[in-house]
Amino acid sequence: MNAIALLGARTLEVLRSFGHAAFFFADLVRAMPAAMRRFGLVVAQIHAIGNLSLVIILASGLAVGFVLALQMYYALVTYGATESLGLIVNLSLVRELGPVVAALLFAGRAGTSLTAEIGLMKAGEQIAAMEMMAVDTKSRVLAPRFIGGLVSMPLLAILFSAVGILGAYVVAVLLLGVDAGNFWSIMQSRVDVWRDVGNGVLKSFVFGIICTAVALYQGYETQATPEGVAYATTRTVVISSLSVLGMDFVLTALMFSTG
Amino acid sequence: MSKKGIETLVGLFVLLGFAGLVFLSLKAANLASFGTRDSYTVSARFDNIGGLKERSPVRSAGVTVGRVTSISLDSKMFQGLVTMELDKGVEFPVDSSAKILTSGLLGDQYIGIEPGYEEKVLASGDVIRQTQSAVVLENLIGQFLFSKAAEGGDADPQPAGGKK
Repeated sequence: MNAIALLGARTLEVLRSFGHAAFFFADLVRAMPAAMRRFGLVVAQIHAIGNLSLVIILASGLAVGFVLALQMYYALVTYGATESLGLIVNLSLVRELGPVVAALLFAGRAGTSLTAEIGLMKAGEQIAAMEMMAVDTKSRVLAPRFIGGLVSMPLLAILFSAVGILGAYVVAVLLLGVDAGNFWSIMQSRVDVWRDVGNGVLKSFVFGIICTAVALYQGYETQATPEGVAYATTRTVVISSLSVLGMDFVLTALMFSTG
Repeated sequence: MSKKGIETLVGLFVLLGFAGLVFLSLKAANLASFGTRDSYTVSARFDNIGGLKERSPVRSAGVTVGRVTSISLDSKMFQGLVTMELDKGVEFPVDSSAKILTSGLLGDQYIGIEPGYEEKVLASGDVIRQTQSAVVLENLIGQFLFSKAAEGGDADPQPAGGKK
């Protein structure tokens, strides 16, 4: 009997936390206009979240482009279809790898820094102090970071894909001897701006919402202890990554269904 | 870091992002070939359009001269009605023919226009009268087996084919 009661209690707890998170998200969205009025805060957050993630995103994009070109070449050379290398690398990056991998890196770098920052503010009672002074923490602290994440994520995903394609060009044309003209022209004729690039940007926008909201929520709801902050940081990465991968499947099925 | 410095960096970041988007759209996708030239509309009816899709290319002598804009079923004549846009600078005689061809063995299908001999040229809204439908593999196989059976029946008294 105890086990069943425990199961019931756990389920209710999970549902309650979903509801709590939903309310948090609604408050965050409601605080966005107020945050936009203090544009300096938003700009500072875009710098902290976006600019400082540039190095890892660009380096990873380059590496992924190199490796994709190499692997696809070895697979295609058996069918004599190496001219499609550019097309395959482009579609893989722009449709899937760009948004998803950039989101995972974003969750790891920017998500953890957001959670740690908000968590430490809570642990150091700064949030409580602000609320005592009737400063709305949602619009002063949380919403600028949310807007920063929303703006940065699509830009980072685009840069990931672009740098990946350039990296693939370097490996394919300069190292493996694929024809440069074919590399670009087959890509240009078969990749559709709205369907492929556009859907990829839309995906990265959704992932940005997910990663930033999860990071902020975990930071805001952390237990006000050092262990609590550490635990919240790992939870951010795990929950963001799993949600991104799950959402990716749903979005891909919606966006790229044939017909 | 000073406020001005941060704002400059963020501006650069956003600019870099947009440059990446422009690169992806122009160099790595087909934005540049979209509606940049004036065009006129022409239509054609086919018995079977095969794998033709909207935005499939229209080519003449291998050179892309236009795009398919819409495909629908003409419910009076039960033929596929294909509407296409051709570049303004390219003119075809009114008795030109349109065929649905495949680029390469497994490639996409496109419309190939072969010029006719008339003096008058196609104008916007005209219909191309001579058309040839796409090759449907099942019909080809059926024709082949039928002709094999016919050969077998003429030559030997043996039962035709070995077809299952």
